[in-house]
Amino acid sequence: MRIALFITCFNDTMFPRTGKAVTALLERLGHTVEFPQAQTCCGQMHFNTGYRPETLPMVRRFAEVFAGYDAVVVPSGSCAGMVRDHHRGVAARYGDAVLTEAVERVAPTVYELSELLVDVLGVTDVGAYFPHRVTYHPTCHSLRMLRVGDRPLKLLRAVKGIDLVELPDAESCCGFGGTFALKNSEVSNAMLADKMRHVQDTGAEYLCAGDNSCLMHIGGGLSRLRTGVGTMHLAEILASTEGDAR
Amino acid sequence: MSGADNVVWLGTPAFPEAARTALADTRLRANLRRATGTIRDKRLAATAELEDWEELREKAAAVKRHTLRHLDHHLLRLEKAVTAAGGVVHWAADAAEANRIVTALVQQTGEDEVVKVKSMATQEIGLNEALADAGIRAYETDLAELIVQLGGDRPSHILVPAIHRGRSEIREIFRREMGEWGSPAPEALTDDPRDLAEAARLHLREKFLRAKVAVSGANFAAADTGTVVVVESEGNGRMCLTLPQTLITVMGIEKVLPSFSDLDVFLQLLPRSSTGERMNPYTSLWTGVTEGDGPQNFHLILLDNGRTATLADEVGRQALSCIRCSACLNVCPVYERTGGHAYGSVYPGPIGAVLTPQLVGVENAASLPFASTLCGACYDACPVKINIPEVLVHLRAEAVEAKRRDRLLPTAEALTMKAAGAVLSSPRRLAAAQRLAALGGRLVGRGGRIGALPGPFARWSGTRDTPAPPQESLRAWWRRTRTRRREDSRTTAGREG
Repeated sequence: MRIALFITCFNDTMFPRTGKAVTALLERLGHTVEFPQAQTCCGQMHFNTGYRPETLPMVRRFAEVFAGYDAVVVPSGSCAGMVRDHHRGVAARYGDAVLTEAVERVAPTVYELSELLVDVLGVTDVGAYFPHRVTYHPTCHSLRMLRVGDRPLKLLRAVKGIDLVELPDAESCCGFGGTFALKNSEVSNAMLADKMRHVQDTGAEYLCAGDNSCLMHIGGGLSRLRTGVGTMHLAEILASTEGDAR
Repeated sequence: MSGADNVVWLGTPAFPEAARTALADTRLRANLRRATGTIRDKRLAATAELEDWEELREKAAAVKRHTLRHLDHHLLRLEKAVTAAGGVVHWAADAAEANRIVTALVQQTGEDEVVKVKSMATQEIGLNEALADAGIRAYETDLAELIVQLGGDRPSHILVPAIHRGRSEIREIFRREMGEWGSPAPEALTDDPRDLAEAARLHLREKFLRAKVAVSGANFAAADTGTVVVVESEGNGRMCLTLPQTLITVMGIEKVLPSFSDLDVFLQLLPRSSTGERMNPYTSLWTGVTEGDGPQNFHLILLDNGRTATLADEVGRQALSCIRCSACLNVCPVYERTGGHAYGSVYPGPIGAVLTPQLVGVENAASLPFASTLCGACYDACPVKINIPEVLVHLRAEAVEAKRRDRLLPTAEALTMKAAGAVLSSPRRLAAAQRLAALGGRLVGRGGRIGALPGPFARWSGTRDTPAPPQESLRAWWRRTRTRRREDSRTTAGREG
């Protein structure tokens, strides 16, 4: 399968290791991964902060750059959700019929990583090895926009050596919310404090999620408190093999 | 608009600031966590046992959508049916007009006090204050509303307006205030919930038996029969709706349902969503007046107060489907931390964040659409499927647009967004920005992390470390290591996948 990687601007800049992991994982499974260099951003930050018209150029670029692939993989629930749920609305409101049609063609080919693996490629055991105690936080947009359900957990359960422990109150929001963390920093902190407490209660070495933005928020707090708990994107755990552990 | 002053509370600061004050109140946070947690679990259990829950939600959403699309038609049908059944229908364009009508109706009876059934619409218009200005005392008879009224306080939840109060506080309020308003609390009042309820019962009983005029809101009104419905738990509503001679009901125009049979769906959804019960204890339905039974004068006031304007917004109008169950408040992680007062409005929580700005104009409640992480828990819980995150994002755009209109110079945020937009819509500029970020990370990062960030980002870095941006972005890494390999792999792609 010819799969395009939409890394997202945030991962591209801050977490390239996640993109390398997605590539290694999909190639290990026998697929071709391409990285269109013309890609930029899904426009989520502008859209969710109220700068809706400014989203249009990014919507247009996405539809152009990612047209024609068998599948587009996104290692982020919220960016995948932005493309699938909101690009059409932006195109219809500020663009034209041609763009709307282009968006409608590309959107159904866009998958968050766990969706691509489980639904499209039909794998749950990706041959990963990760001998650590891990807890998983289902990020809000993967959970309630994309409805990925237990796909990430199915993938994690099949990882050899993993000690997967349940996160209490897992489905409550971590408090990141993009610009919310700046605009309502106190409320964000209060939510973060509860999430960190639950993570620590599990005794996990790593907190795993499908969105590095939420992980940077929770992980930033865990780091500030010197908890010793690390964060890892789902792709990075799934890409790990026995060779890495040596 | 005169209604605006009552929907939003004057003098309340913007949400972030009000939330800061609320977060500092540890007792408030403990009360809220306990109360919302309990209701949340009950609701989940009560909705899980219905196999057709999702179909019910879908059906309710469809009925509301249809009704709102033909609202004028159904309101005229309602007026006709209520009038035929012996009631009198009044139309109020805004809060001031509604208050004028109610005040005049009470004055016509010659009474100077009324008993009240818990009602969001009368709070929205500030009716109690308007009546007080005319020398008429309004007594709240719902237990939680009584606590709020006696405490000189404001409601902080749609269903449980005194959710911010603990029982020891309630005991103090009862002991201090009940005597001022009627029969005093017993000397030996404890903070046992049963004791507190009994004290309220005795205090209120006197008022029920004396009252000649009652004021209520309405949960639903059926346009075909003219039947008005009030759903409640304590029986105080039933007292108010049956004992007095005159009943005055103030109802938002969006509460109308096309048919009596539509109640089938809504009376299943509402109690399970609001209190987590299969059925609420008291459902009162009345159709105009019945000779020799119940109130002999019935007035129905149909209140607009910003609703028609809301209806004109294609995205925002779905907020008018709300049946005031408050499920969205109970599942909201933001509400759970801040409580209702921080929203500065009669309508708090997620539904308040989408309803209030529309009723009063987004420029008058500009911080509310941003008082959410867009986590979507409210949408999942909503029994009429209001896509609250969608409306929030829509109103954010309206708020930004309003600011753009009102100012000569763009805000700092708008400038930042403009610059970010330029970077993020060009791969060349994005790559340059990434090189700059990497350089910045190298300069200020220590051990791979950044402790303090400048300007508004200090609000982020106050509690969180930030990883230093890596030296090489993914796009740079890809170009450096894989461009040739990709060319190779193209030739072998046929046997893969």
